[in-house]
Amino acid sequence: MKLTMWTYEGPPHVGAMRIAASMTGVHYVLHAPQGDTYADLLFTMIERRQSRPPVTYTTFQARDLASSTADIFKTACQNAVDRFQPDALLVGASCTAELLQDDPGGLAKTLDVGVPVVALELPSYQKKEAWGAAETFYRLVRSFAGGVTRPAKIAPNSCNILGPTALGFRNRDDVTEITRLLKENGLDVRVVAPLGASPADLSRLPEAAFNIVLYPEIADVTARWLKKTHGMPFVSTVPIGVQATKVFITEVRAMAGLPATVDAVDIQERSTWYAKSVDSNYLTNKRVFIFGDATHAIAAARIASCELGFKVCGLGTYMREFAREVREAAQEFGIEALITDDHLDVEQAIIAARPELVLGTQMERHIAKRMRVPCAVISAPVHVQDFPARYSPQMGFEGANVIFDAWVHPLMMGLEEHLLQMFRDDFEFNDGAVASHLHEAGSVAAPEMAAPTVLAQVVDQALDQPVGWTVEAEKELKKIPFFVRGKARRNTELFAAGKGIQPITVETLYDAKAHFAR
Amino acid sequence: MNQPLPTPCNTGSTIRQRGQHEVFCGLTSIIWLHRKIPDAFFLVVGSRTCAHLIQSAAGVMIFSEPRFATAIMEERDLAGMADMHDELDRVVEKLLERRPEIRMLVLVGSCPSEVIKFDLGRAAERLNARYASRPRVLCYSGSGIETTFTQGEDNFLAALVRGLPGDVRLGRPAQLVVAGSLADVVEDQMARLLADLGIEDVVFLPGRSSDVLAPIGPQTRYGLAQPYLGATAAALESAGARRIDAIFPLGEEGTTAWLQAIATTFGVSATRFDAVTAAPRRRAREATAHYRPWIEGKRIFLFPDSQMEPSLARYLNRELDAEIIEVGSPYLHREHVAGELAMLPPGVSISEGQDVEVQIDRCRAARPDLIVCGMGLANPFEAQGLVTKWSIEFAFTPIHGYEQAGDLAELFARPLMRQSLLSGAASPSRRAAS
Repeated sequence: MKLTMWTYEGPPHVGAMRIAASMTGVHYVLHAPQGDTYADLLFTMIERRQSRPPVTYTTFQARDLASSTADIFKTACQNAVDRFQPDALLVGASCTAELLQDDPGGLAKTLDVGVPVVALELPSYQKKEAWGAAETFYRLVRSFAGGVTRPAKIAPNSCNILGPTALGFRNRDDVTEITRLLKENGLDVRVVAPLGASPADLSRLPEAAFNIVLYPEIADVTARWLKKTHGMPFVSTVPIGVQATKVFITEVRAMAGLPATVDAVDIQERSTWYAKSVDSNYLTNKRVFIFGDATHAIAAARIASCELGFKVCGLGTYMREFAREVREAAQEFGIEALITDDHLDVEQAIIAARPELVLGTQMERHIAKRMRVPCAVISAPVHVQDFPARYSPQMGFEGANVIFDAWVHPLMMGLEEHLLQMFRDDFEFNDGAVASHLHEAGSVAAPEMAAPTVLAQVVDQALDQPVGWTVEAEKELKKIPFFVRGKARRNTELFAAGKGIQPITVETLYDAKAHFAR
Repeated sequence: MNQPLPTPCNTGSTIRQRGQHEVFCGLTSIIWLHRKIPDAFFLVVGSRTCAHLIQSAAGVMIFSEPRFATAIMEERDLAGMADMHDELDRVVEKLLERRPEIRMLVLVGSCPSEVIKFDLGRAAERLNARYASRPRVLCYSGSGIETTFTQGEDNFLAALVRGLPGDVRLGRPAQLVVAGSLADVVEDQMARLLADLGIEDVVFLPGRSSDVLAPIGPQTRYGLAQPYLGATAAALESAGARRIDAIFPLGEEGTTAWLQAIATTFGVSATRFDAVTAAPRRRAREATAHYRPWIEGKRIFLFPDSQMEPSLARYLNRELDAEIIEVGSPYLHREHVAGELAMLPPGVSISEGQDVEVQIDRCRAARPDLIVCGMGLANPFEAQGLVTKWSIEFAFTPIHGYEQAGDLAELFARPLMRQSLLSGAASPSRRAAS
C-alpha cells in the first residue's frame, strides 16, 4: 500500500476514456462499480464539454456480486451499441471490475455486436492514466490501421499529427498552432489523432508520408508501431519554446524533402525580444524548480535555461515511463532528476532546492502557495482554470509568447524588487507581502495556515529559523530579500560546515557571500 | 407522534430502475465530513481510482495538505492478502508521524477493499489497541457498490454511534440527538431555537470535534436533519434512542413541522412554540417570496443524487408553487420519507434507482423548465438549451432551517435568472428578485 494525498495521474481507464472522448464514433463500455461515473465530470466540468463522454458504465452494486456481473456487462454492451451505434466499441474494466475477472473482451466478442470490438487490458494496480491512454490509442490504431496496405505513391509532404487528447494540457490550441505552422511550411496535415479522429481516420494513417508525435506519452508507442508495420518515420521533437520550434520546423521540412531555409514564414514571436529587453535583466539566474509530465518538464527546463536565462535548480517528472529522457535532460543542467509520483517527495525537493519560481502542476501550485513561492502551471494535472477560453497554446511561436507572459507574471517586478532590498520596513511593501501587482497586502494568509501542521513547522523551520546562528547574523540574514534568503542561508551554512565555523556570525555570512560569488 | 403512513394512491407508483447509475459513491461525503470535524482524518483504503475521485470531486477547494488520503492498494497487496494488514499499519504509522494532531482516524472502505473482503473492522480494533485510542480509530464503508453519495455520511455516523461509550462516559445523557451534518451556522441557529423552546441536553451528530459525545440511551430521542440516515437511525435505535418522526427542515414549512414534532415530543406549549418561531417563520416566508416569481408554475425534473430529492420537491411544490414532473432518488427509505411523499401532489412520478439513458429520454420528452441533476449531466443538458441546477450544491450549501429558506429558493432561481440575463430576455420578475 502507498499513502497518497495527491495523485498525479488517474487510473489507466481514465486514460482510455480520454481517448474515447477525444474521438468520434468510438464508444467505451466500462465494467465499473457505481460511483466511477465521477470521471464524466472531468470532461463535462473541467474541460466544459457540451456532451457526455461516450462511455457506458455497468455501475454494478454489492447485490449484483451475488448474481452475474458478466450478464450486466453483456446487457450494457448490447444497449450501448443499440443506442449509440458506434463505429468501434472499446471494452474494459476499472480497478474493481479487474478483481472480478469477468473478461469484458471475451464477453463482448461472444456477443457479436456487429461493430469492431477493441478489448483493453489495463492493469489498474500497476499502471496509470497516461499509460492507459497510450495503450488504448495503440490498440485502436492497430485494429484499424493494421490490415491496411500503404499506398505506393505518397506525397512526401503529407503527415499526421499524433498525440493530442481530451483533457490534455492546452492540446486544443497546440493543435491549432502547430497545424497552422505546418501549413505555412508547405506541409499537408492529413489526420490529427486521437483528438477529433474517427476509426475511419485511423485507417487512413498509413496514407501519409510520416508522423509527427506532439505528445510522446500518448503517441510514442503508436508511432513506433506505425514505423515498424508501415515503415512510417516520425518526428518527435516537441515544439515547445522558440528554439525547439525552430528545430522542429527544420526536422519536419527535412523529412518532407523541403529546403531547410524558412524564408517565406512570418515568425509571430515576441518572446525572444521580450527576454532580451533590459526589463528582463533581473530574470538572470533566478532559481527555478520544474516538475510535470516528461514532455513539458524537459521543454520547460530548456526554455527556462536557454531562452529566459533562469537557473534550473530542480527538474523532475511523475512519469516513470519517461524517466530516462528526464534524467538525460537534467544532466544538461548539472542536476539530478527527481523521478517520483509521490507529491511529498516533490515537496521535500522543493524545500531543499529553495527556488524563486516553481513551474509545475496543480499540486506544485499548492506546495508553492504554502511556501509562498511564485508558481506557474506548465503541465497536467490541471484544474478548470487551465482550460481557458482564450487562445493559449504552449507549442509553436504563439506558445512561446504565452509562456513568457505566464512564467514571468508571478515574479515580483524589477523595480519593486530593488526597492525591497533598499528599504525594508515599509508598512505596506514589506518582506512578507505578496508582490504588489498580484494581491493586496495581507491576502496571502491561506486558510490552511491557520492550523499549523507538522509540515508547516518543517517548512517554517527550514525557511525562517536558522539554528546555530548568532543573533546578529540572523538579523543580517533577514536583510537579504526573501526570495534569495533561503539560498543565502544554505550557502552560508554549507560554507560554515566546510570550515568548521560555529556559531555563524555576520562575518561568516559575508565570507560565504564572497566565497560563492566566484 | 407518528404521522399516518401515506396510502399508496397519494404517492403514485414508484418507478424502480436498474441500469447505469450516474451518481457519486459514498467516498465523496469525505469532502464535507473532513471539514465538519477538523480533528478527524479520513484514510480511504482503496485504489488509484478512489484517490482520483476524491481529488477530482473536491477540485480547487483542496489545499496541499488535506485531511484525507488514500492508502492505494498495489499489485503486491493483491497477490497475497496476509500482509495487507501490516501494510496498512505501516501507512497509518507514516500518516500519524506527519499529522500527530489527529484525534480520530477514520478508515474508509472502498469497492476494491470490499470486493477482496479486507477486514477494516479488525484493522481498526488492532490500531485502537496499538495506539491506545489516541487517535481513536473508526471504520465504515463508502464504497460505490454499497453506498451512494450521502450514504457515506450515513455509514460514518452509524459507526460513530456504535463507537459511543454507553453511559460510562462522563456527562449527562443526551435528551435529543439531531443527526445529520449541518452547516455550522445552521447548527447554531437550530441550537438557539431548541434552547428557546426549553429543550436541554441537545447533541448534534456529528459534532464539530471528535470527542464531544454524550451518552445515548433509552431516555434519548433523536430527530433526523437529513433524509439519508437509515443506518444511523438503526444504530441509534439499537442504543435505545427513539425517533421523532417528521419531515425534514427544508423551507419554512419543513422547518416548522420538524421543530413542531420535537416540541410536541418534549411537551412544549403551543404558546411558547409560536412565540419562538413566529419571527423566523415570517422571515423565511418573506425571503422565499422574493424568488417565487422565478419558480412558480415552472416544471421541474429531479435526477437521483442525495436522497434529499423528495424533500426538495415538496419544498419546490408547496412553497414555490413549482410543478414537479419526476422525483428521482438513489434510494427511498420508506419510513423516513413517508411524510414528504405524502405531501407531494398526486401524479408526481417517483423513481428509485436509475437507468440514466432511459431517464434522460423521459426528461427530454418532458421538456422541463429546470432539471436538478449531477455535474456529469448538467453541461450536456445546458448545451441542448435546457436549464439545470447541479445537485451536489445542496450538500455543500447551508440550506436547512428558517434563515436559509430564501437561500434555498435562490439556488433554484439562480439558473433561471441567469438564463434570463444572458439571453437578454425581458424579465418582469427581475425586480421582484433583486
